[in-house]
Amino acid sequence: MAVAALPVSTSRRAIQTTLASVFGPLGQVFVFVIGSAVVLSLVTILVAFVLRGTRTDVDLVQSALVILPQVIIDGLVRGFLFATIALGYTMVYGVLEFINFAHGEIFMVGAFAGAALSSVLASSGALNALPVPVFVVVAVIVGMTVSGLLAVGIERVAYRPLRNAPRLVPLISAIGVSLLLQDAVRLFASVSGLGFNARFQTPNFGPAIRLAEIPVSETRNIPLVLDVRALTFIIAAVLMLIALNYLVNATKLGTAIRAVAQDRPTASLMGINVNQIIALTFLIGGALGGAAGVLFGVRVGTVNPYMGFLPGIKAFTAAVLGGIGNIPGAMVGGIVLGFLEAFVASYLSLLTAGAFSGASYADIVAFAILILILIFRPSGLLGEATSQKV
Amino acid sequence: MGKATALSQPFLAQLNRGPLAYLALALYATVTTVLLLSNPRTSLGTDVVFILFLMTFLLLYRARVAGVYKLVIGLALLLGVIPYLGTQNAFYVELAIQAAIFVTLALGLNVVVGFAGLLDLGYVAFFAVGAYLWGILSTPQIGQISPGASPLDSSLFYLFLAIGLFVGALFGILLGFPVLRLRGDYLAIVTLGLGEVIRVLAVNLDRPINLTNGSQGIKDVARPPLPEPLRALMGGLGDAQIYQVFIYLLALLVLGLTLVVVFRLKNSRIGRAWEAMREDDVAAVAMGVPIVRMKLLAFAVGASFAGAMGVLFAAKQQFINPPTFDLLRSIGILAMVILGGMGSIPGAIFGGALVTLLDLQILPRIAAELSALKRQGVGIPDWFDPAQYQRALFGLLLIIMMIFRPAGILPDERHRDEMREVEVNPEAETQPVPNLK
Repeated sequence: MAVAALPVSTSRRAIQTTLASVFGPLGQVFVFVIGSAVVLSLVTILVAFVLRGTRTDVDLVQSALVILPQVIIDGLVRGFLFATIALGYTMVYGVLEFINFAHGEIFMVGAFAGAALSSVLASSGALNALPVPVFVVVAVIVGMTVSGLLAVGIERVAYRPLRNAPRLVPLISAIGVSLLLQDAVRLFASVSGLGFNARFQTPNFGPAIRLAEIPVSETRNIPLVLDVRALTFIIAAVLMLIALNYLVNATKLGTAIRAVAQDRPTASLMGINVNQIIALTFLIGGALGGAAGVLFGVRVGTVNPYMGFLPGIKAFTAAVLGGIGNIPGAMVGGIVLGFLEAFVASYLSLLTAGAFSGASYADIVAFAILILILIFRPSGLLGEATSQKV
Repeated sequence: MGKATALSQPFLAQLNRGPLAYLALALYATVTTVLLLSNPRTSLGTDVVFILFLMTFLLLYRARVAGVYKLVIGLALLLGVIPYLGTQNAFYVELAIQAAIFVTLALGLNVVVGFAGLLDLGYVAFFAVGAYLWGILSTPQIGQISPGASPLDSSLFYLFLAIGLFVGALFGILLGFPVLRLRGDYLAIVTLGLGEVIRVLAVNLDRPINLTNGSQGIKDVARPPLPEPLRALMGGLGDAQIYQVFIYLLALLVLGLTLVVVFRLKNSRIGRAWEAMREDDVAAVAMGVPIVRMKLLAFAVGASFAGAMGVLFAAKQQFINPPTFDLLRSIGILAMVILGGMGSIPGAIFGGALVTLLDLQILPRIAAELSALKRQGVGIPDWFDPAQYQRALFGLLLIIMMIFRPAGILPDERHRDEMREVEVNPEAETQPVPNLK
């Protein structure tokens, strides 16, 4: 912008507002991270305390406390995963009021791009020679490029011709794109020899970092460890969120995106090329999804063509939870949902003596939250009340 | 001019009406029937003839002949030729059963999506509810729930077809309640979520009480006892073959009842209320349409057919497990509705039959022919197996239909008008922005 020509004091203030607009939303995310971790921990411990009489074989409170730090780390990873995917949903919804159903598959394609890269590197023998950070950065950039361009292509072919059609029409087209991508990648996986469950090879990340030892009894200590892959995920996700906030809140491009989101015809009257901005929004959202896919693949170790579905739906839930169309909302919603899921997945079996398997019911929790939010607070945690939802 | 038009009128158009049409229809039906029955062995040629045979129904629908005549020919083919074919070759009657099941499901989903405009992506959940209802109650599985209880008598099946209707409707209302306030796209995702919830529950409800036997599914589901007259009529055939025909007739019965109900509903006050709601819900409320009741009714009606068909499906397969009821099934049914045309009853029938045939007959046949070619040394890569790529097929169908013919192949009139109006007169919300570069 014209900042450079202004007097120094103004430019300093501009820097301050830039910083505020970049780190303000992250502050909000931070508050929600601490908040959900504390609240959920307290609730869990309370429930464990109440239920401690139901089991004689283990001390529920102690077992709950011992795994608590690990659960919180797990929650953080899931939370940032959902947050990065949810951003793609929410940005597209912001500009087009349209749920890009195929976004989960864009995430999956990113993961496959990373897996393909790593297998090429592995077969040429270069994989283990690469330092871990270089590998992660290269893989993420490849994933971002592939997914971002794919998202733009999909918008051009399958959504743009339908922009003036009734609402259901582009949504159905998006469902079609999603199915088509799943099988296209399955075809790619079998032709290229990656296989349905493709391995995501990585250089050696080294042993997990030992943070502390928790004494359980006099003879037994349980180590508290932080997996390097999880740490990579969290750091990369935070960096991407900072970059996104800068892009959206402090650049001319971001202003244009927000203008299009607010009022498309007026934005076009102001000289903004709306089609370009919409394509750009798909590029950014797709790139974030692709990066999340690569990071997820690095962390989990295998990828498959149908893996995008559940994270996609859950990320959509996260976007709705935070208030769809609202960028900080998507991050906050992702974090809250990630923590909730991690707690349910880890504690449900323990607290019900194995009657309910936590991992399966964690999925149901996500859907239950989606429905409850839509009924009781359709504008989400951070969204403004709208009267659209007739 | 008049003469020129008459001359340029193609011969086919003359076949469409008048006495010639009666003759042509009868001829076509007879020729395809004779061809089909003269060589009922499963092969590429028979497949083609079978499809040509099924085209008779499309021709019957399009031709301008007396309704009674259509009905007579149609029923003769459905109740005479196909069951007889079934005694010669079980595969084609199996195809017909599957087609009947999915056409019914497409008709039910058409009520929700087409009539009322509520995009439901979890429709197969109601099918699952019906199937599990009969699956649990007619097998020793019930003993797992209340110890000592013995499986229900298989003759109660008919009662359970009716109960399936009600249980389906009940679940439709239960799932409809939370989503009443949602608009189209939210509704789609939430119903998708609810559909997945039902599937996840089916997988996981083997603990703490073994309700569904988890991912192993329920086997040995009871079939209704064979009626004696049918057995007498088809004496000399094995029970398995008679059952095929019997199940086919049952499926046809449910389909017929569904058709009657849907036709009656579409032209009723309720059908018009649904249409009003679909076009503009605010205006519908202003006109006094009780929108909450109408939405719930749409969910209930749509779900009830699926519930009843679920009962029949469980009895037909004699085995049910959760993967049968996954999201792909729901989307497949949606593809049927959209292919035929949302809101159009002939469209749903056409779409249901076509997608089922594509899925179960045409693609596997192409795959089989390709692998035969490969054995002869033609270079076809291993990965190219069309039967494996249903998702791609459904996906492509959905995208292409939405871009080129959003109203469907046999469109409903009012729906087509809606789509056309938008094309001619785009809403002020988004005018295409000219690229000035």
